[in-house]
Amino acid sequence: MPDTKTYKLPFIILILVLLLCFCTNISLGSVLIPFKDVFNGLIGHPTENVAWQHIIHEYRLPKAFTAIIVGSGLGISGLLMQTLFRNPLAGPFVLGITSGSSLGVALVIMGASFFGGALAGVLVSKWSIVIAASLGSFIVLLIVLIMSNKVRDTMAILIIGLMFGSITTATVSVLSFFSSAEELQQYIFWGFGSIGNLTWHELFIFFIIYILGIILSLASIKTLNTLLLGENYAKSLGLNVKMSRLLIIIATSLLAGTITAFAGPIVFIGLAIPHMTRQVFNTSNHKILLPAVFLFGAIIMLVCDTIAQLPSSDLTLPINAITSLIGAPVIIWLLVRKRKMIF
Amino acid sequence: MTKNKSHIVLKTQDLAIGYTSKKEKTVIASNINIKLHKGELVGLIGANGIGKSTLLRTLTSVQRKLDGNITINNTSLENYSNINLAKVLSLVLTESLGSKNLTVFELVALGRQPYTNWVGSLTSKDLQVINQSLFQTNIDDLKHKKCYELSDGQLQKVMIARALAQDTDLIILDEPTTHLDMYHKAYILKLLQNLAKETNKTILFSSHEIDLAIQLCDTLIVMTKDTVITGQPSNLIDKGTFNDLFPQDLIVFDNKTGSFRVKK
Repeated sequence: MPDTKTYKLPFIILILVLLLCFCTNISLGSVLIPFKDVFNGLIGHPTENVAWQHIIHEYRLPKAFTAIIVGSGLGISGLLMQTLFRNPLAGPFVLGITSGSSLGVALVIMGASFFGGALAGVLVSKWSIVIAASLGSFIVLLIVLIMSNKVRDTMAILIIGLMFGSITTATVSVLSFFSSAEELQQYIFWGFGSIGNLTWHELFIFFIIYILGIILSLASIKTLNTLLLGENYAKSLGLNVKMSRLLIIIATSLLAGTITAFAGPIVFIGLAIPHMTRQVFNTSNHKILLPAVFLFGAIIMLVCDTIAQLPSSDLTLPINAITSLIGAPVIIWLLVRKRKMIF
Repeated sequence: MTKNKSHIVLKTQDLAIGYTSKKEKTVIASNINIKLHKGELVGLIGANGIGKSTLLRTLTSVQRKLDGNITINNTSLENYSNINLAKVLSLVLTESLGSKNLTVFELVALGRQPYTNWVGSLTSKDLQVINQSLFQTNIDDLKHKKCYELSDGQLQKVMIARALAQDTDLIILDEPTTHLDMYHKAYILKLLQNLAKETNKTILFSSHEIDLAIQLCDTLIVMTKDTVITGQPSNLIDKGTFNDLFPQDLIVFDNKTGSFRVKK
């Protein structure tokens, strides 16, 4: 038996499953396209119907890539939070990071009317929403972290996160009282979560910020492993705890913040994916966990999206409904099987 | 005396420890002068609340000193960066691990963190040190077990192995024998004694096992209300230092056996 497992076989299987899910996701949709034509469309050969080529290139491909980015990004940010807080229930949603994004977006969409008509047009561009969501998540995470230094009780931190959720809900309802029906609708639709309406150009910007977050996460692998010992041990091993914590927080808010900005507040993925991963990869070594969470997140999000678009029908369900329907039972199951909560 | 010629690893000069708040300084102990030599096993004993933990926290740079000097290998403690301190001083703490889902090997391997690259890859030298640490602490057979499968005694050995893997001149342990049964208390302290001899590292630990410490340590640091006394156990017994360790209404120190007895 080698000293450290490499988990080669599970990784190969996961990569194959990811490819399979990617192909399935592109093949299925409201318009039925034969698999042969999907393949032709992908490699640039002419398809039987010209519209099909357009659907695949301009709609399904960006959507599948968004799903991969969203799933893997949220999964990794959940993993970072769970290790940083040494709490298996931590995640971008529970800790109020997503709430922070929502508050930022609500302020921009519904608060815009306060700043007058001319300015409103500038404020409610896609980019201002992206910036507001990222800032919101960063600020909330920073506050939670400052408080976590003071209370030291992990349960209290989770409750603080939930309180931020309530503050967001309250602020949003105050704002919605003063805003127009259109603005309210825009906010609510954003809240459903959507990974389907990004153009290649937007996806490109999204991808760059995401990659920055991923690079920071990769750079934190050693730090994360050291933090498994607890902060005092980590410090005795020469780790600059404050600096590393800040890096992990920036990575998380870049990932969770931009994903929430572009795709809406997608719940449960960040919390559930790391736990699902640990069921297969029974290790705490982040050198293994991080890529595994990446693959798991991408796969689950592709599956959720495939279900959400209800193949061969015109309807598309809100992606948030599907992730909750999958995520919540997973969390209940984990709580019941408490032994496996060791992380 | 050959000891005085050997290399001094840790030295304090007129050290004062305690807490500072905005308004005032709370001095817990002062005029602490300690010299720890290479390859010594040193026990730190004293009653509850006398400041053992505060002293250890100050020596390990977790807490600021109030006054005086601390030097490790002739360099002042303040002049060490985090990473350089990690190469001369390793710790075994009383706090529980953040994650017990690590295997014993992985946990001990984390001791190599100050030496590894940005992603923490282990070189053949690292592997050699890790395996040696596992061997020296007799936990070779445990190396693929998860930490949550271990007993308290086994876990303590693993934590000591991790500190060994950090390859430092000085190892400081905070009450390494709490939660252990009588056999394992003796086992752990005996292990520390052997390690100090074999590896020529200086090992400092705080403990309430005074009789064991008297039997096994080269030097004892005894903290009483008024002073901090350092010396060889037999000399300290002759001086009657242990008589003042606790209030004398309930237990008394027996010079012949080197242990405390309940008053009849």
